[in-house]
Amino acid sequence: MSAARVVGQDVPRVDGLEKVTGAAKYTADLKFPRLLHVAVVRSPHPHARVRDVRTGKAARLLGVRAVASGRDFPLHTGIYLKDQTVFATDRVRFVGDPVAAVAAETPEAAAEAALQVEVDYEPLPPIFDVEEGMAEGAPLVHPDLGRYEVVSWIQPKAGTNVCNHLKIRKGDYEKALKGSWRVFENVFKVPQVQHVPLEPHVSVARVDLAGKVEVHTSAQSPFTVRHLLSVCFGLPHGDVRVHVPYVGGGFGGKAGINLEPIAVALAMRCRGRWVRLMVDRHEEFYATVVRQGLTATLVTGVDRSGKVQAQKMHYLWNCGAYGGYGVNIVRAAGYTCGGAYEFPNVWGDSIGVYTNRPVGSAYRGFGMQEIHWALEQQMDEVALELGMDPVEFRLLNCLGAGKATVTGQVLDEQSGRVDLCIRKVAGEIGLEAAREKRPYHGKGIACAVKAPAMPNDAASSVVLKFAEDATLEILISGIDYGQGLMTVAAQFAAEALDIPVETIRVKGCPDTDLSPYDWQTVASRQTWATGNAVLRAASEIRRKLTETSAEVLGVPVAELTLRSGHVVHEATGRSIPLTRLVMGYQFPDGHAIGGPVVAASSYLPEGLLFLDPETSQSAKPVAKWTFGAQAVEISVDPETGQVTVEKVAACYDVGRVVNPGLIRGQTYGGIVQGIGTGTMEELVVDTKTGRALNASLMDYKIPSTEDVPAVMTVDFIETPQKDGPMGARGIGEHTMIPTPAAIANALYDACGIRIHELPITAEKVWRALREREKAREEAAREAGAAIAGAGVGV
Amino acid sequence: MKKISLEVNGVQENQEVEVGTTLLRFLRDTLDLTGTKEGCNEGECGSCVVLLDGRPVNSCLVLAVEADGAKVTTIEGLSPDGVLHPIQKAFLAHTSIQCGFCTPGMVVTAAALLKECPDPSEDEIRKALAGNLCRCTGYRQIVDAIRDAAAAMRTKEAVREKVSA
Repeated sequence: MSAARVVGQDVPRVDGLEKVTGAAKYTADLKFPRLLHVAVVRSPHPHARVRDVRTGKAARLLGVRAVASGRDFPLHTGIYLKDQTVFATDRVRFVGDPVAAVAAETPEAAAEAALQVEVDYEPLPPIFDVEEGMAEGAPLVHPDLGRYEVVSWIQPKAGTNVCNHLKIRKGDYEKALKGSWRVFENVFKVPQVQHVPLEPHVSVARVDLAGKVEVHTSAQSPFTVRHLLSVCFGLPHGDVRVHVPYVGGGFGGKAGINLEPIAVALAMRCRGRWVRLMVDRHEEFYATVVRQGLTATLVTGVDRSGKVQAQKMHYLWNCGAYGGYGVNIVRAAGYTCGGAYEFPNVWGDSIGVYTNRPVGSAYRGFGMQEIHWALEQQMDEVALELGMDPVEFRLLNCLGAGKATVTGQVLDEQSGRVDLCIRKVAGEIGLEAAREKRPYHGKGIACAVKAPAMPNDAASSVVLKFAEDATLEILISGIDYGQGLMTVAAQFAAEALDIPVETIRVKGCPDTDLSPYDWQTVASRQTWATGNAVLRAASEIRRKLTETSAEVLGVPVAELTLRSGHVVHEATGRSIPLTRLVMGYQFPDGHAIGGPVVAASSYLPEGLLFLDPETSQSAKPVAKWTFGAQAVEISVDPETGQVTVEKVAACYDVGRVVNPGLIRGQTYGGIVQGIGTGTMEELVVDTKTGRALNASLMDYKIPSTEDVPAVMTVDFIETPQKDGPMGARGIGEHTMIPTPAAIANALYDACGIRIHELPITAEKVWRALREREKAREEAAREAGAAIAGAGVGV
Repeated sequence: MKKISLEVNGVQENQEVEVGTTLLRFLRDTLDLTGTKEGCNEGECGSCVVLLDGRPVNSCLVLAVEADGAKVTTIEGLSPDGVLHPIQKAFLAHTSIQCGFCTPGMVVTAAALLKECPDPSEDEIRKALAGNLCRCTGYRQIVDAIRDAAAAMRTKEAVREKVSA
């Protein structure tokens, strides 16, 4: 492959061969001598005081090597809000909350011992819904909320269940609402759903006799795991070492810190032994993390031209039992509450509420699919009620250059073009207003936007070095759990240095002792952040290679270029192969210069400004936006209510397509995951017992091959991102954001019913159709009676 | 404990196993064939599919003792000596892999399908893979790869017949 044009090409995955042959090692594939197995003692109550935990009986069982419980590990952890201990100490907050854990020689012995741990609970009244949690006098899930450590830009309210509240105040909402021609108000809901990575969470830990902690874990963020473990156990960072092998899917569920503290706590109790905690598929559903629920109330005031003048958004997030990570979803949803639209006058509240449900955390989209579920249906309804074409309405109101977001950030020419995405997918699906309508067939559209939600100083770094044969080795600590980071890192380096991509090896399974720092693999930030770091390091490599070559050839550095693995002096045609440079250049007389060529570089987003704490106004609250749109065509079976998604068109402004095959794969995957949350997924929690009722793949269905639309078209706009690597911006999460809302809008187009609460199941559609039928019959009867009555009069 | 004797990827294995040990555990823990993955351990995800006497099975639902005397093929058995199976080649060419955790089960299931049905329709491919869950790819490129692999294998077969004729 021509090295000079690698970016933009279908370079095969650099990790493909390992994965397709079964050679790739995931955490559970690693072998450890005399491995101990873990069983976790979990709360059967959604909310209870823990009066006593007695582990003596369990500890005496045959094969048991360690038992650990809350009182031994009092320190808190949590990425933004430290509201969680390793094990419950004074109270349990959801069914599944870890109370203690056992490490034993066999899984069976561990499971048996876990049953012998005696816990005295005093049940407390639980709350499951955000409304209950917000009510006056509601039981407090975290009475100590005011004492928790928290980052400065998250605002928990002590003495309540509110773990974060972000306010958006832009323009004069009340005045604009009063001046509006028409006003629309709707409530939309989203249930908790689970990520369902094919590889369940698994962590292995050992504390050696010198006290050094070593962890192998299925995680998205080795350095954040190291940092939070160090904080949680009061250890110097240098004494904690985290390895992340290949990861079998994460989707946000493996962001931050998860099982690692439990494995480490047990390892501390049996020094020298490896301890493995691997949850089963049932625990994966209710005891790891889930996506937060949402209740969204929207009010929209429009003028006669169809321009939105006043927009109110009230988001109540069901954060579940702990909000350490979820508080930032609340924040992100707040500063993105206007979606892809320009709203001049905004009153927005995004509020996170603790409940006694499974723990809410990051999930692909980070709140965006949830708020778009509400906003994109609202926009559709407003357009149709005004008699406007939903496509034209969106084009009239959408963001673009010169327009301001809800935080007052004015977008420029390089911010991306949602209008082009809307036009593209509308064309693909045939959304023209004058289209022919078929009964129970419908078409719908929804937009999407998302920015990376992260601390302003979230950074990535990389190391580039060479092997003796001029193989370029790239050390990264972003995790390639499928999205293709290792491959795009190789592509950027190949293009920047003009070397064949086949001569690059990306070391993508980091070890915090040896690999360069990276904050986290989340926020669709890796291609952009690690990509930028790779380009910077490559330019340093180029500088070193050309400086040495200039000395060898006796020419100015500026006259040298890199071409196909050589440093070339174009004017004279003289060149030096990289193999003679990468370890230092040796002259014929034996003296050498240069030395091994290596470069480290980093990337930190520049110019980000905190939100105003009262109004959230900020000229640059986020590093970048990625806009897009999807349109769908569906059919509805009127007998069963079953919705079949027949065709989906997606288009995103990604700045630059780095690898067409990979980005198409990301998009297909996002669409299908969106169809999952759109039409089938909900983690059902029994509000009497707090137990998850469908915590298995038998009862919680995710899309299979048979749920995939017959046609998916995928297109990209390439408006270069100013600070993106060769213009690229993030796309990983965006691909699943608009799908459910587009389906809902198509459902309305198909048969005139609106489902306000995800997912759009056959049952809900069937009920809505039946109710409508009943209402029609009722109306017909009344009309008939009226006619009959009139007849008598004559 | 019970002695079992079976052929795994062409190699005769004689081992003692607990009678309750699943074929999945046996392959992964005893033989260190970790290409076969555990995704749910209850036959719902397809990550652990292997061929048992040529038939695709969820190895988490089969006891190792039930495989006594059988021939087992795992993902590691599809590319002996580093020569990729046409399905593996097609998965690479079509970018059908993301996190890779479902990939071995997918490839093995597809290999069984193409043996039974050398020219499957899209619907037949989808039905054959309906028990193999993937959360990353949306399946599109997986189905495309299998269709392409089928075509490549048919061409190869036709060439071989021509040569032997």
